[in-house]
Amino acid sequence: MDFPILLTILLAPLVASLVLMFIPKEENILIKSISAAGMFVSLALSLYAYFTYNQDIGGLQFVFGHDMPWISDLGVTFFLAVDGISLPMLLLTNLIGFSAIFASWNINNRPKEFFILLLMLIAGVMGTFIAHDLFIFLLFYEVVVIPIYILVIIWGSSKRVTKEYAGMKLTMYLLIGSGFLLVGVIALFVKTTAIAGHPDMSFTGMAMAAQQLGEFDQIWLFALMLFGFGSLISMWPFHSWSPDGYAGAPTAVSMIHAGVLKKIGGYGLIKIAVYMLPLGASFFAPYMAVLGVIGVAYAAMGAMAQKDLKYVVGYSSVSHMGYVILAVACLNVIGINGAVANMFAHGVMAALFFSMIGFIYEKTHTRWIPDMGGLARQTPRLAVGFMLAAMASLGLPGLVSFVPEFTIFIASFDVYGGVAVIGIAGIIITALYVLRAGANTLFGPPRPEYDHLEDIKGPEMVPLVVLGTVLVVGGCLPSLLFDMINSGVVPLHAAISDALQLGGKL
Amino acid sequence: MPADMFVLTLPFDPSALTLEMLMAVLATLVLIMGIIVPKGSRHGLGWVSLLGILGILAVAVSLWGEKRELLNGMYLLDNYALFWKITFMTAAALVILGCMRFIDNMGNQAEYYSLTLFATLGMMVMASAGDFITFYLGLELMTLSFVILVCFRKTDAKSVEAGIKYLLLAGMSSAVLLYGLTLIYGLTGSITILEIGRIIAMQPLSPALVLAVVLVIAGLGFKISAVPFHMWSPDVYEGAPTPVTAYLAVGSKAASFAIIMRLFISGLPGIWENWAMVMAILAAVTIIVGNLVAIPQTNIKRMLAYSSIAQAGYILVGLVTATEAGIKGVMFYAFLYVFATMAAFVVVAYYYNVAGSDELKDYAGLAQRSPLLAAVMLVALLSMAGIPPLAGFAGKFYLFKTIVDGYLWLVFVGLIMSMVSVYYYLRVALVMYRDDPVDATPISVSSPVAVTLVFATIATLVIGICPGPLSEIVNGAAHTFFLH
Repeated sequence: MDFPILLTILLAPLVASLVLMFIPKEENILIKSISAAGMFVSLALSLYAYFTYNQDIGGLQFVFGHDMPWISDLGVTFFLAVDGISLPMLLLTNLIGFSAIFASWNINNRPKEFFILLLMLIAGVMGTFIAHDLFIFLLFYEVVVIPIYILVIIWGSSKRVTKEYAGMKLTMYLLIGSGFLLVGVIALFVKTTAIAGHPDMSFTGMAMAAQQLGEFDQIWLFALMLFGFGSLISMWPFHSWSPDGYAGAPTAVSMIHAGVLKKIGGYGLIKIAVYMLPLGASFFAPYMAVLGVIGVAYAAMGAMAQKDLKYVVGYSSVSHMGYVILAVACLNVIGINGAVANMFAHGVMAALFFSMIGFIYEKTHTRWIPDMGGLARQTPRLAVGFMLAAMASLGLPGLVSFVPEFTIFIASFDVYGGVAVIGIAGIIITALYVLRAGANTLFGPPRPEYDHLEDIKGPEMVPLVVLGTVLVVGGCLPSLLFDMINSGVVPLHAAISDALQLGGKL
Repeated sequence: MPADMFVLTLPFDPSALTLEMLMAVLATLVLIMGIIVPKGSRHGLGWVSLLGILGILAVAVSLWGEKRELLNGMYLLDNYALFWKITFMTAAALVILGCMRFIDNMGNQAEYYSLTLFATLGMMVMASAGDFITFYLGLELMTLSFVILVCFRKTDAKSVEAGIKYLLLAGMSSAVLLYGLTLIYGLTGSITILEIGRIIAMQPLSPALVLAVVLVIAGLGFKISAVPFHMWSPDVYEGAPTPVTAYLAVGSKAASFAIIMRLFISGLPGIWENWAMVMAILAAVTIIVGNLVAIPQTNIKRMLAYSSIAQAGYILVGLVTATEAGIKGVMFYAFLYVFATMAAFVVVAYYYNVAGSDELKDYAGLAQRSPLLAAVMLVALLSMAGIPPLAGFAGKFYLFKTIVDGYLWLVFVGLIMSMVSVYYYLRVALVMYRDDPVDATPISVSSPVAVTLVFATIATLVIGICPGPLSEIVNGAAHTFFLH
């Protein structure tokens, strides 16, 4: 057997958190260093995996445990594998997770518990992206909720909503969504077992049986999954947890939540819902497209009205996820490529945004845009990170999010015509609120009370360097990202293309 | 001729009673030792009981796979019964190991331990009961032992009140149950469950039988505290000494489920479609009411009482289809429920010794005073809520997958309400983790308690992450259910 690279990536943060449990809570720097070391191992290995993945062969690689029966009477195996869709997501998780450790470098209130929970959270998110078994996927999917809740209620901030409210809202939305998802999964399991004659919960095995389900079954099962994954990806009208939740959460949680956790919704939609239930997907595609477009426009308008930086980015992330839903709803290779790429791009951008806002809040103790003045003079490095994220958010060419958005526009215009135009117009509003937030925070008249502010330095620079590099490199060499994704999307689409007859254009 | 009168014509194999006889001996032994042993060293009786239970547990495990029958199906020993007995004894062992200091503070250790063992004996008889008389015998032995245990803190008005309440309502429910059983006997002329099953399958449905079934459901619904027969449980759970509450919540419920399945699935399969819908509605109402009423509770024992009502609702789900998969789901869930409930109640009992309160607000800052207690509590509660990777998730998966065809609405009710239950479970987490303690002195957890808690937590985690092995065992146990 080869070196179990995926298992190591998954276990490194968990081992680190286990080690932390035995370290005295006063050892502040040691705790943070161990966390960083654990994440570094994962990050390095996932970079290695990303660049050694053989795109010519495609399919599942770095397979681990597919022959390891886990729960035999449910047909569950501890099946870890990645393809061109999950690998970018795994890399994204590690990039953001690694940065999040450094974005939390200044946490001195109960740091031991904080980093233990944070590492568990990151490992849980990674698990969802590398699991190739629906049961194991669910295991990781719900396991992340609890660390988030505790992180929010202890280390969150109560500026506009109390952190207790934010934490509970975040948790309840996701859990109720996952309750519906769970009903769908259990029903799907029972029905596929009846078709296949034996239980099999691996994605591929289940999809083979599920694709034979009748149209009616596929439709209601897809509806349940759409609700579950939709509330995770903050699809309009299940989005309202997102701005409140991010505002209440500590920086690292906002980064991970907006950066990757949300993407589990999009990832699940593509790799589980659409893949297994293509008839259901083609039935719901037009509705998804409409909901996606409404999300884009509505949330962009919402972002315009906000004066709290975290709310601006919170709404903007809802708006960006609208594009992802619109792209998935295209149900063609270009669209799904765009959806996955946009999730990656938005993840990097949102994480950078939140980490910069976190530093601003830490230093100025406010997130209120009119109170900022001209921070660019006082904290130039912070301003660079902020503007980099802002430019990526509005899709500046040369940064990572331009090509994905462009791809989505092409795909959705092709399929949905007029509706897509509304979505595309959302980018104008995006430019408006992003530039306004940037201008009022960074380039207004400098305020004397912030003159003494220290710019980010040392470990605080890590999020900026890591995520900023990815933003630029991904923008200049989009093929690095797109070739990978394409190698995963093409076979997935081929498997379902027979079943896909997209119902009439809108 | 006269000599023949004493020759048993039925096959009598007393080895089927090995475990029960051992348990009876142990219980009596503990009671007698209580008289002999001087007052100062009676705390050792806990260890005697514990070792005794572990010994009987070992015998039970060694009997695995045996299939014995006593007096024409009056008493059944098979893997099904053995699994339940192992469940009860595990619960008893955990509650004794985890709450020794609590018992020492109450005094009268000999009586306490011996009654706990007698209650266990009653449960073990119920799990094996093949006819109404045996079943009722076990049920009453268990109930009466619990009545005394509930009011064990004689000087505490709440405890005595709980005891009287339990006595009255248990007597009432027993009467209702007996009335139902009598009607069934009148209709079939038999008290042996398997024989009743055969007779009823051939009879047309009569109104008297319907009445009988309703009365039996009501009588047993009381024992498992299914809504609307749950009124007693919050008061009794709150008033009873915490170790008793723990054992009442786990043991009496599990034993009742063991006999409910025998009674309904073996005894009344002929009219399955008539009672299945009732069970489904009962399950739904129990899940909804239990979870919703748990939300506003401020006393942790009351909250756990309502949550255990909801748990009984989940377990009822497995009964609805009356299939092997359903039986397996019930047994699997009941087994893992032991660990979660025991862990939660042992924390409550231990913390009561420290803080003298069961109010939720007094748990503030527990995470800083004792990370172990807080973490165990959190894991136990989340397992009850069914959050992976804890055991409750796998348990719910097994339960609900049996009713997807035909009772999909119940799947919705169950899973959505279990997500709602996270709301009140997390409130405990909020108080324990967010708040700063009023009195920050660290709590040192004595080693027997630590062992109990760690064991229960590890069991919850292991069953959750890797339910395969346990699932195989339970499959084997559920399989023997239909082999009579």
